[in-house]
Amino acid sequence: MTRIDTRFETLKAQGKKAFVAYMMATDPDQDTALRIMRGLPGAGVDVIELGMPFTDPMADGPTIQAAGQRALAAGGSVSRTLDMVRAFRKDDDTTPIVLMGYYNPIYARPGGVEGFLAEAVEAGIDGLIVVDLPPEEDDELCLPAARAGLNFIRLATPTTDDRRLPAVVRNTSGFVYYVSVTGITGGPAANAAEVAPEVARIRAAAGLPVVVGFGISTPDAAQAIASVADGCVVGSAIVKLIGEGRPVPEILDFVAALAEGAHRG
Amino acid sequence: MADDLPNSFMHGPDEQGRFGIYGGRFVSETLMPLILDLQAEYERAKTDPAFWAQMDDLWTHYVGRPSPLYFAERLTRHLGGARIYMKRDELNHTGAHKINNVLGQILLAIRMGKTRIIAETGAGQHGVATATVCARFGLKCVVYMGAHDVERQAPNVFRMRLLGAEVVPVTSGRGTLKDAMNDALRDWVTNVRDTFYCIGTVAGPHPYPAMVRDFQSIIGKEVREQIMAREGRLPDTLVAAIGGGSNAMGLFYPFLDDPSVGIIGVEAGGRGVDDRMQHCASLSGGRAGVLHGNRTYLLQDDDGQILEGHSISAGLDYPGIGPEHAWLKDVGRAEYVSITDDEALAAFQLCCAQEGIIPALEPSHALAHVIKIAPRLPADHLIVMNMCGRGDKDIFTVARHLGHDIRT
Repeated sequence: MTRIDTRFETLKAQGKKAFVAYMMATDPDQDTALRIMRGLPGAGVDVIELGMPFTDPMADGPTIQAAGQRALAAGGSVSRTLDMVRAFRKDDDTTPIVLMGYYNPIYARPGGVEGFLAEAVEAGIDGLIVVDLPPEEDDELCLPAARAGLNFIRLATPTTDDRRLPAVVRNTSGFVYYVSVTGITGGPAANAAEVAPEVARIRAAAGLPVVVGFGISTPDAAQAIASVADGCVVGSAIVKLIGEGRPVPEILDFVAALAEGAHRG
Repeated sequence: MADDLPNSFMHGPDEQGRFGIYGGRFVSETLMPLILDLQAEYERAKTDPAFWAQMDDLWTHYVGRPSPLYFAERLTRHLGGARIYMKRDELNHTGAHKINNVLGQILLAIRMGKTRIIAETGAGQHGVATATVCARFGLKCVVYMGAHDVERQAPNVFRMRLLGAEVVPVTSGRGTLKDAMNDALRDWVTNVRDTFYCIGTVAGPHPYPAMVRDFQSIIGKEVREQIMAREGRLPDTLVAAIGGGSNAMGLFYPFLDDPSVGIIGVEAGGRGVDDRMQHCASLSGGRAGVLHGNRTYLLQDDDGQILEGHSISAGLDYPGIGPEHAWLKDVGRAEYVSITDDEALAAFQLCCAQEGIIPALEPSHALAHVIKIAPRLPADHLIVMNMCGRGDKDIFTVARHLGHDIRT
């Protein structure tokens, strides 16, 4: 059982949907990012998705690309992302943390994949979402992560048909992240009525909670999507405020409004 | 060379799309079903005589193949060593080898019912070839090009627009080929149902590296026949420039299992291959990593962040390289060297003066290496270098570097 599994069980017992918030590590700088991260649980965030900066985020739209550039300019790296998690864990040992990023910074780690996994476990990370590792490449990181006790959270998409779905969910644990639109982060939102049957299909195949993301930017949208799933993810809308240099309390107020929307769902 | 050499160097990739540890399918889930469809369609096309009949017809009457294998008599005499042949792929329609591959991919796209074609381009040669073939078949074409390249390759941008393509300048990153490829992938993942991504080099997720190599292999196949007709034997050394590596793979592949044929790939050494990293020599100055759908040698820092390289040639300005080259380097079947901007510029000028051929800056790198090695080789040593593109697009860049102002 990871913190992710425990959190979803608790939410289920309470009849509540999960609110997952994304932020980029070291954006706009290490201290501000840590202050935001520490405020997320109090704002109602159930699972923190922490972006690891990468120069070439092919699945992300302009908002999260810019966040990665800010983080790298501020000295962001895999090491500093792990440092942020360690600092967060000093005060919070229950909120699940999922690292989201791309494979190369993990693969290029001096200790390789195994070294990275040992560091991630020690720092207090619970799961990984790595966009450019489909099931065809499970030997790279997914299976080693599972052996290290981390959840490997797969993305399912509108192009994941019934033929493919079993392979997509096979080595997934924690939850499944349903990318509700074909496209990049920060684009238009999906329609809840269209998402509902997809969630049911994926949940049945995976036997895991299904959380929906991409394009959700308002409390009402969070509510609408969460109501047809086990939870929802908001990323670009939060990162946009961080990029605008808004004060931390304002950012956390916005996150709280989103969380409230999702929890109404 | 490694001790445990394979029986053949021509069997790759394996079912997972790997050449040794390189290659693979490192893409987001949204793209995977399409990539599997493409692989299936390519496997069907490969054994379909109708597909190849159409390719041959277009190669002959639209592209102008076979391209000549030209004996560079004056350059050979000037250098005083090996006999130098040039494979004249710069004489193809659109002025480079790129169209060999584009034709194959567009015919596949049509077979798959795709109506919209996207491409990335660096020097603009792949973009021009894609825009050309899209015009020929009435397909919508969108070309992603780094903003920096849009500026340094203005003639090709205008060509693409004349041919009806939409050229999208990419401002993310440093605005070069890598960033154009990122944005092309973002477009593809958004428009996956109707769009075909026509990749211009032997990189990207499987099956692209193998597929592009197969389409470009017409270069090496023709060279085999032509050199046998001219010299009665195979060449001793093949030399080709490498950005992603498609013209080189096309020349090298049909010779991989001929041990007497030496193979040299020439990377862009920019301002020198050292820790300033002002070069694009992924094999000489990079290490294994994962980017743009494949594992290969990459220019990257200690944290796995991708570095921006530098080359005078926009077509070589890419921090990675095709995975098959990475494997050929590791197993020792091919040798990879680098040539600096200044050496390439000198070769460019020598080729103009000695042979009356204005080469593109990309093959000027290959030629610069020929200039280095030919004088030390015996007179019966046969070198074939791939003159993979013509230099019309580069005259403004060259003029600037030589201190001339030719803009009116």
